[in-house]
Amino acid sequence: MSRSLRGKTAIVGLGTAGMGEAPGYSALDLLAQASLAAIEDAGLKLSDVDAVFSAMSQHALASMSAAEYLGIKPKYFDSTNVGGSSFEMHLLQATLALEAGLCDTALICYGSNQRTAGGRLISLSEPNWHEVPYQPRHPITAYALAASRHMHEYGTTREMLADVAVAARAWANLNPEAFARGPLSREDVLNSRMISDPLSKLDCCLVTDGAAACILTRADRARDLKQKPVYFLGGAGANWHRSIVAMPDLTVTAAADSGPRAFEMAGVTHGDIDLSMLYDAFTINTILFLEDLGFCPKGEGGRFVQDGRIAPGGELAVNTSGGGLSCVHPGMYGMFLIAEAVTQIRGDAGARQVKDCDVALLHGNGGTLSSQVTAFLGSGNTI
Amino acid sequence: MNNEPDGNLGPQAAYEAFLQQGRFMIQRSKSTGEYVFYPRVCAPSGVQDLEWVEASGRGTVYAATMKRGREGDTSIVLVDLDEGPRMMSTISGDLNLPIGSKVVARVETAGGQPRVVFDPAPGGEGAR
Repeated sequence: MSRSLRGKTAIVGLGTAGMGEAPGYSALDLLAQASLAAIEDAGLKLSDVDAVFSAMSQHALASMSAAEYLGIKPKYFDSTNVGGSSFEMHLLQATLALEAGLCDTALICYGSNQRTAGGRLISLSEPNWHEVPYQPRHPITAYALAASRHMHEYGTTREMLADVAVAARAWANLNPEAFARGPLSREDVLNSRMISDPLSKLDCCLVTDGAAACILTRADRARDLKQKPVYFLGGAGANWHRSIVAMPDLTVTAAADSGPRAFEMAGVTHGDIDLSMLYDAFTINTILFLEDLGFCPKGEGGRFVQDGRIAPGGELAVNTSGGGLSCVHPGMYGMFLIAEAVTQIRGDAGARQVKDCDVALLHGNGGTLSSQVTAFLGSGNTI
Repeated sequence: MNNEPDGNLGPQAAYEAFLQQGRFMIQRSKSTGEYVFYPRVCAPSGVQDLEWVEASGRGTVYAATMKRGREGDTSIVLVDLDEGPRMMSTISGDLNLPIGSKVVARVETAGGQPRVVFDPAPGGEGAR
């Protein structure tokens, strides 16, 4: 495995917009606001951007729509859409393009107004014909099926799932930008309306508006810019299925493959990790990814998250923004994993700041536990 | 019974045509014996010599959820067919059939498009 990409690029600008609710604004309006904020944060000009990476849940040809709206004529662009994991993949693709000299300043961006546009998950993803006669309500049906199997094989309980939501809320309560704040108990989760057994409403992510964007450039250039660079240390994707029917084992995601390759590229071990941002569209996700990324043995994820282990003050800082469960989840959440990791590594996370946050693991998930992309970001101390 | 679809049909169209006849058919490779579902033009190994065979209809519930809705609860399950492949389906009758239960297939033709549904296997309790 090559480490040739480690530390070669860095995030030098970050912007968000419309976090939570942004009535009156379109998905592209919000994407553009976040992008311009990221460019300003980097101390760059719009005209400096020569590459656009985007995936959207409301625009099929995302890099095209984003570039046109912003008036960018990119010489490199990529609309790779692997669901919510797209943006972790974009970090890797943009690094390849920057390293190859195909572009100098890459914008990675996402925006959605799906809360104010109707409050339901919007997806361009077409149904699988062989599932259609059974009318699954994806994505939740797929995640509920995975949770049912995990409970069956490993004795995972609804209480354990609930503890994931409770921990996420406790982090959200330290984040002024989080959409869902206020006390949340295990009983609240257990008593919330059942959507698809065993997942209740509070086992499911929010449906919010929101946009986020970052600027990625080569490390040599990053050091001359105004922000402390947040370095890309490594990344890897794995994809084993699309339809949940074709997932080989519903208790093992392809993170078990993407994770080790990303660790290897980044030259990181578990003891080095200060922050883990795990794509928590549903409570079962956090448990699966803790297992598949090697934080605990397979089947032990449910017991691992008990007793506040991933909550503020616990031994592992996980989803410190409040995650997709309590901070923000506008259809695709992957860009917000990056936003929180950059905020933490810069030391700008306020009450939820992880002490000496040098290494962050980001794990993006797309489809129905389908595309899995793991990436690492690090501070200057890691280089 | 003829195991060839009527006319030159691709895998999805052929499967659906068999369902219209009330038959649950799956594909099998003549050379490797691999069973394939959902229907497609190749087996996992890449061979394309697939023929249609009658599914045994026997299977085991692999994962299960209940979709809650205003119009009532709907069972959605993944069933591991005895032949090997896994499919999405629904349990009619005992909606709360646990994971591991043995089930048998039936082509349900009531309503619009015919589909394969599963019933609890007779005496299936012991198999749990």
